[in-house]
Amino acid sequence: MRQPPFLAIILTPLLILGLATLLTWVERRLLGLWQDRYGPNRVGPGGMLQAVADGIKMLFKQDWIPPFADKGVFVLAPAIGMMTVLLSFAVIPATSLRSIAGNLNVGLLFILAMMGLGVYAVVLAGWASNSKYALLGGMRAAAQMISYEVFMGLSLMGVVMITGSFSLYDIVAAQSGLWFIVPQCLGFIVFLLAGIAETHRLPFDLPEGENELGAGFHTEYSGMKFGMFFLAEYAGIVLVSALVTTLYLGGWLGPFLPAAVWFVLKTGTLVAFFILLRAALPRPRYDQLMTLGWKVLLPLSLLNIAATGTILMLRAPE
Amino acid sequence: MSDLLSISALCCHDGAAMHILAILSASITVVGAIMVITRSIAVHAVLYLVVTLLSLASVLSLLGAPFAAALDVIIYAGAIMVLFVFVIMMLNLGQPDSDREKEWLRPRAWFGPAVLAAVLCGELFFGLRDMPDAGPISMITPRDVGLMLFGPYVMMVELVSFLLLAGLVTAFHIGRYRMEDR
Repeated sequence: MRQPPFLAIILTPLLILGLATLLTWVERRLLGLWQDRYGPNRVGPGGMLQAVADGIKMLFKQDWIPPFADKGVFVLAPAIGMMTVLLSFAVIPATSLRSIAGNLNVGLLFILAMMGLGVYAVVLAGWASNSKYALLGGMRAAAQMISYEVFMGLSLMGVVMITGSFSLYDIVAAQSGLWFIVPQCLGFIVFLLAGIAETHRLPFDLPEGENELGAGFHTEYSGMKFGMFFLAEYAGIVLVSALVTTLYLGGWLGPFLPAAVWFVLKTGTLVAFFILLRAALPRPRYDQLMTLGWKVLLPLSLLNIAATGTILMLRAPE
Repeated sequence: MSDLLSISALCCHDGAAMHILAILSASITVVGAIMVITRSIAVHAVLYLVVTLLSLASVLSLLGAPFAAALDVIIYAGAIMVLFVFVIMMLNLGQPDSDREKEWLRPRAWFGPAVLAAVLCGELFFGLRDMPDAGPISMITPRDVGLMLFGPYVMMVELVSFLLLAGLVTAFHIGRYRMEDR
């Protein structure tokens, strides 16, 4: 396998940023469709340039740092959020040819590590803002994301056990017979829920919780710094969708169509599902979120590991 | 895996680049660690500790142990340090605490430990100078680590699990919600 050209390394983050920007429009149009209204349809064809208009608006806003904030950390926080999400894309194989980082033999762990570091964006934003709402949002985020990371990692172990590798290539290649969503349906459900909590999207957007905390951790942010949180969230949705596709839905595998098309189709469907969740579900209470995590998802993921291990042992050649 | 192997092989061929990367990461680790103990604001200290751990992870991966590097980032930088920040946020430290930290960082306080640390550092330097060359770097895959953990080191794994269980029971006991207390 040869190294990807330098151009690909430059283009991929730009492509993902463009996708995230476009997603803000897609989300509003889809929400409109499901709620029987139009959504933004004025700027450009079908309202497509609404995202550009929003971007221009954000760039021209005053870039304000509250005088009571910790300036260095305040500026650092959105950058961490953006960076960790973009770095994670380096190991996701969109086609059988390559991902940017090649076939990293700890690819899955690398993504988990980046997601773990992504928590800092929200937590530090909450701390550096030096305001009560932001602090509460940050503390909620820390507790929520740390808890859900546990189940996220555990739910993946079934996949890793069957494949016998942390490499995302090997995981996709192992699904050529049967997608892992069938033997690993428990793991899939836990991972999907943990993924939603990890990107703190509705219905698990308690760190933001706009009806109780103002805007939660990004209450004090405005302009493009807020924009970076916003875009990082959408890039995070794409990341989790791409990850679910890779781990459970067979990645680029599929008949007739080219590999890249299959990957985009599966990921796109999952992104739409994420948006549908926002349209369909109310936000749970904070203690309900924690109870669901520790009392339901944790036992389920442990059960999944035990069952997978047992079956693998029984099937193993002597 | 073949790709990473080829990268590390490339690094080994290109010894200079490898050395520069390793020295750079090691220097960041040391500078970060110094910053950790000299910051008066607790969250800044924790952030420098995160930087230290990240550069430590890159040293590990340069030494051919990507699995250990990934675990270092996931567990220490991604989980334990977040908990540190969480606790610091709960304590709600302010200017008085920062001033007190500054008070503790006077030369009188750090001079003694610094001398002792310098002696240790010199000892380490002379010790390392006489060490034989460990030879070319070989990759340690996750599979190798797993086999070691459940082979020669299975006793240690069991002991650590005991320790964790004790911690879990203690946390449960302390954090238990008691009806009669209300």
